[in-house]
Amino acid sequence: MRIAGKGRIDRSKTVSFRFDGIQYQGFAGDTVASALLANGVRLMGRSFKYHRPRGVLTAGSEEPNALMTIGVGAGREPNVRATVQELYEGLEARSQNAFPSLNFDLLSVNDLASPFLSAGFYYKTFMWPRAFWEKLYEPAIRRAAGLGALSGEADQDRYEKAFAFCDLLIIGAGPAGLMAALVAAKSGADVILADEDAQMGGRLLADTETVDGQGGADWAASVLNELAGMDNVRLMTRTTVTGAYDQGTFGALERVSHHIARPDGRLPRETFWRIVAQRSILAAGALERPIAFRNNDRPGIMTAGAVRSYLNRWGVAPGKAVTVFANNDDAHRTALDLIAAGVHVTAVLDSRPDAQAQGDYRLIRGAQVCNSAGRKGLDAITYRTTSGEDKLATDCLAMSGGWNPTVHLTCHMNGRPEWNESMASFVPGKEAIPGMTVAGAASGRFTLHGCLTSGAEAARDALSDFGKTVADVTVPQADDTPYKVAPLWAVAGKGRAWLDFQNDVTVKDVKQAAIENFRSVEHMKRYTTQGMATDQGKNSNVAALAVLADATGRGIPETGTTTFRPPYTPVTLAALGAGSRGKGFAPERHTTSHAASVAMGAPMIEAGLWYRPSYFPRKGESNWRQSCDREVGHVRGAVGVCDVSTLGKIDIQGPDAAKLLDFAYTNVFSTLKVGRVRYGLMLREDGHVMDDGTTARLGETHFAMTTTTAAAGQVMRHLEFIAQVHHPEWDVRIMSVTEQWAQFAIAGPKSRDLVNGLVETPIDNDTWPFMACGPVRVAGIDARLFRISFSGEHAYELAVPAHYGDALFRVLVKRAEALEGGAYGMEALNVLRIEKGHITHSEIHGRTTAFDVGMERMISAKKDCIGKTMAAREGLIDDDRGQLVGLKPVGAIKKLTAGAHLYSESSEAVPANDQGYVTSVAFSPDFGHYIGLGFVRGGAARHGDRLRFVDALRGMDTVVEVCNPVFLDPEGGRARG
Amino acid sequence: MADALTLTATTPCYGLLPKTIGTCVLTETDLGALTSVAPYKQGAAGALKDAHGMDFPAPNRTTGKQGARAIWFGRDMALLAGPAPDAALAEHAALTDQTDAWACVTLSGDDAAAVLARLVPVDLSLAKFKRGHTARTQLGHLNASITRTGVDSFLILAFRSMAATLVHDLVTAMESLAARR
Amino acid sequence: MRLPCPICGDRDRREFYYQGAAVALSRPAPDADAAAWEDYVHLRENQPGDLDELWSHDAGCGAWLVVTRNTVTHAVSGAKLASEATR
Repeated sequence: MRIAGKGRIDRSKTVSFRFDGIQYQGFAGDTVASALLANGVRLMGRSFKYHRPRGVLTAGSEEPNALMTIGVGAGREPNVRATVQELYEGLEARSQNAFPSLNFDLLSVNDLASPFLSAGFYYKTFMWPRAFWEKLYEPAIRRAAGLGALSGEADQDRYEKAFAFCDLLIIGAGPAGLMAALVAAKSGADVILADEDAQMGGRLLADTETVDGQGGADWAASVLNELAGMDNVRLMTRTTVTGAYDQGTFGALERVSHHIARPDGRLPRETFWRIVAQRSILAAGALERPIAFRNNDRPGIMTAGAVRSYLNRWGVAPGKAVTVFANNDDAHRTALDLIAAGVHVTAVLDSRPDAQAQGDYRLIRGAQVCNSAGRKGLDAITYRTTSGEDKLATDCLAMSGGWNPTVHLTCHMNGRPEWNESMASFVPGKEAIPGMTVAGAASGRFTLHGCLTSGAEAARDALSDFGKTVADVTVPQADDTPYKVAPLWAVAGKGRAWLDFQNDVTVKDVKQAAIENFRSVEHMKRYTTQGMATDQGKNSNVAALAVLADATGRGIPETGTTTFRPPYTPVTLAALGAGSRGKGFAPERHTTSHAASVAMGAPMIEAGLWYRPSYFPRKGESNWRQSCDREVGHVRGAVGVCDVSTLGKIDIQGPDAAKLLDFAYTNVFSTLKVGRVRYGLMLREDGHVMDDGTTARLGETHFAMTTTTAAAGQVMRHLEFIAQVHHPEWDVRIMSVTEQWAQFAIAGPKSRDLVNGLVETPIDNDTWPFMACGPVRVAGIDARLFRISFSGEHAYELAVPAHYGDALFRVLVKRAEALEGGAYGMEALNVLRIEKGHITHSEIHGRTTAFDVGMERMISAKKDCIGKTMAAREGLIDDDRGQLVGLKPVGAIKKLTAGAHLYSESSEAVPANDQGYVTSVAFSPDFGHYIGLGFVRGGAARHGDRLRFVDALRGMDTVVEVCNPVFLDPEGGRARG
Repeated sequence: MADALTLTATTPCYGLLPKTIGTCVLTETDLGALTSVAPYKQGAAGALKDAHGMDFPAPNRTTGKQGARAIWFGRDMALLAGPAPDAALAEHAALTDQTDAWACVTLSGDDAAAVLARLVPVDLSLAKFKRGHTARTQLGHLNASITRTGVDSFLILAFRSMAATLVHDLVTAMESLAARR
Repeated sequence: MRLPCPICGDRDRREFYYQGAAVALSRPAPDADAAAWEDYVHLRENQPGDLDELWSHDAGCGAWLVVTRNTVTHAVSGAKLASEATR
């Protein structure tokens, strides 16, 4: 029911929305919860376990009951708290956890079975037989329990991440936060003021207290107006600071478009902010506690502060005849506000015998509500005083068990809150978060005067860190009547009294946990599930541990609290993973030949972040093998062209460049002549192979190293490690030039013909022998030519500045085709190298040594290098280790697969009999059968042996013969020709 | 002998830019020659000054002017942008041609800083990151060099091979800001 | 988490690559005994409290740093260039 003249909604703007298919009207400024209450709808959800009818308990983000699915289609969002969902035209809300409908829910039968469903029910019941858990119990429980469901379709909405920086982050824009922001901003600090609400002001929007004689909300509006005009202030509404992390980093979730009826498709739904602040002020306010009594979960029963919020902020009376039940003075203001608005207040029941009336209403002292009545909504309550029990007809009960400071963020870095006896609540521990000051109700300063004063104090404290002069800002006048409370956690009596509304945990459950010896608060939590719902115990933690303290005969401080962890309110996974969908998942690295390769129809495959052509199909070829075999033929018989720019290229210069290489590589590079290239092997310090590649000496003090594609970044970092950490005294500089050069392999018997058609000065075998390198000019451009070969053929690699890569690749392909060759892709490249027994990271996979790959003689005896000492360990040079071999199929199955394991022909295929494994395979068009590389125990001496080949994954069992890993041209004549 | 052959240069963002979205414009920028200047132990500050009239930039700063800049580029390293390096510099520093290695773009417009705040974990606000300030940092997943060239404009360098991703990430953020207006 | 790069200033942890305890500052001689090498390559104290660690500012200036970080509180009490660290 709306109250005329009340509320901060815009009554000129009517908003239509639907809840469970029924059309309702609200106003701009409403939440779904306030609009439903205004329409007289109290039943908004069903509870998690017992499917009890539930209405709103609160008016904020801590709401445990009124969870709904908002929206339709793929992007619909479950478990949205109706108390924070702003109304927009056409909004669709659906209730959850009810079947077939909210009004008639079949699973409310669980409620009747409640004697069996108490604490630990699942642990005790579904234990045996064990096999039943996975197949029967768990699926059945999962179907019955749970909250809302996702649509099951991909959410196409955008989410985004962002970074923000400030001197001072103020969390919460209630009186304390606003006051702090005003002082800090006027003193020149860079301020971010963040608040989870759409409107800033906090309780000032929900209460009728005055500031300097004007309405609190008006004061807030004028402060906000002033702040909005300042360049050094950023106001972040709808932004919940969800976590406090190391070195002043905070996570914050901004709900960007949840309140917009038809948002621009480019607008993100949510932005997850990382805010970095020199200092922070937590002014997150306080949360009101319910009181546990029998059937305290009926729709119509809510916190006293929530009733004031609905009345003062949204102009809604949550009932026609409201009763207040409290243990503190603050709740009396609910009665005063209701009376002032013309709403009937039946009585204020105060558990304290000495409570004082603050106005003209019926006050019943020393009273405790002990039961409620009404189907799907409150009709009446029963209360108890020293003179016995009595009944009151009422359709709304405003209850207050006192207030808990919102200490959550102060606990995110292991801080522990401290019990304050006089306030009967936990207050933040001291210096729990480095750089954070807590102000206002969050620090236990509950009066409006206390909030304003402590906000200003916190700002001054922070400013002293920045060396700013504090601006002269007077703290306005406000009420400072002390907050008085007498603890009342649970009303004694029979029946079920709810503590955790969302997870259906009652006083009895907590007591039972104590009886069964789950006496630690952490154990009680896990045994009963109290505090484990999406509200994370915001409404129930303190009362639950008070009940536990009582049941175990300890005090509350000894009992302690469970740990509050991030996030403060739920954060969607989409927001955490924002930007990482589709093209945003990982960068794509394209070579300069990418466009031309795609135009040639080459399927592009991922190699790390790079995209490389798999093969280049030609007309008439119906599968990749045909293309691949042809491309291998080009290289072996004519000339092939392949983009090898993805290999890491590192420029190493300086007087000590050769020293660096000698230390990084196992073999010697200081003796390499200018204009020559050498193959090198790099170890990790533990003696295993890190990477391999070639390095060219371009000048006395200038080397160009290549690494494998996969290890380029790792090797670069490793070389810098040597230069900066091991030998900072060396004068050497390292620079990646992978991006600068487009480099193409030109391989095959006709490769020199192709090269000589390009370079300004022709080359021959004398001027440019195998492993020669040097500068050349191509079409007037300075290029580099290396005579190196990965394919085993007479081959070159030609490098040009990347701007010319696209043009050069097209020329190379055309000319290779004119010589009866062509472009070749990764598949052919792999076949060619396996035929030559050249290793890649399939072989140097991190567990193999130089000894294993047959290169132990490459570890120079004349010098130290990384990994040299550890490589000499006994176990790493054992003849029985797996050693690199070639493999040929000799059994019935002619195919080989990588990953298969090898056993003696007669032995069982079990790990104990393992003789080795296969790392690389290819169909060799040159030999007309499959060939493979692998590691076999003592393999170097076992050429000619037959082994059993078992690929358990693909169900293959055959026989292979061990052979020399260099299948083609073991003497290397072709490359030198 | 080589046949008559011409190779046409293709820039990293060819076919991708320019883009105008909301208040922002993203264009490819030709900085001229790019050379990393990595001084040896004895230093190269004097040599850079003699050869090109620029101070060696302090960390996170640039020197010179448009067309001939020295951009701080990492530990003891500057990127000479514009002129071809004077040969005499090679005595004092490792010079490496980087002309073709970087995709160079300029982002300008009212929302330019807000766009970068979606991608860059460094405070680029005008108060903290003034004209001529530079940073080696990340832009999304990419390693980048970012320099403020004006009140609302930034020069951004990222690996050439990642130009498409650079443009994709910036365009997505530009769209997000445009949708807020 | 943020780390104070002596060159770039305070930066987000995502810009850095972690290498572990800063034992690499004292690489044993090639002929040191097996125990010394085992210590250097494999064995780490893993005690709570302040620890010198090696971080590479990969996405920033590229410097290798020795960062002193408390493994319990994550408080960072200092960072210096590895090239200038005493060993």
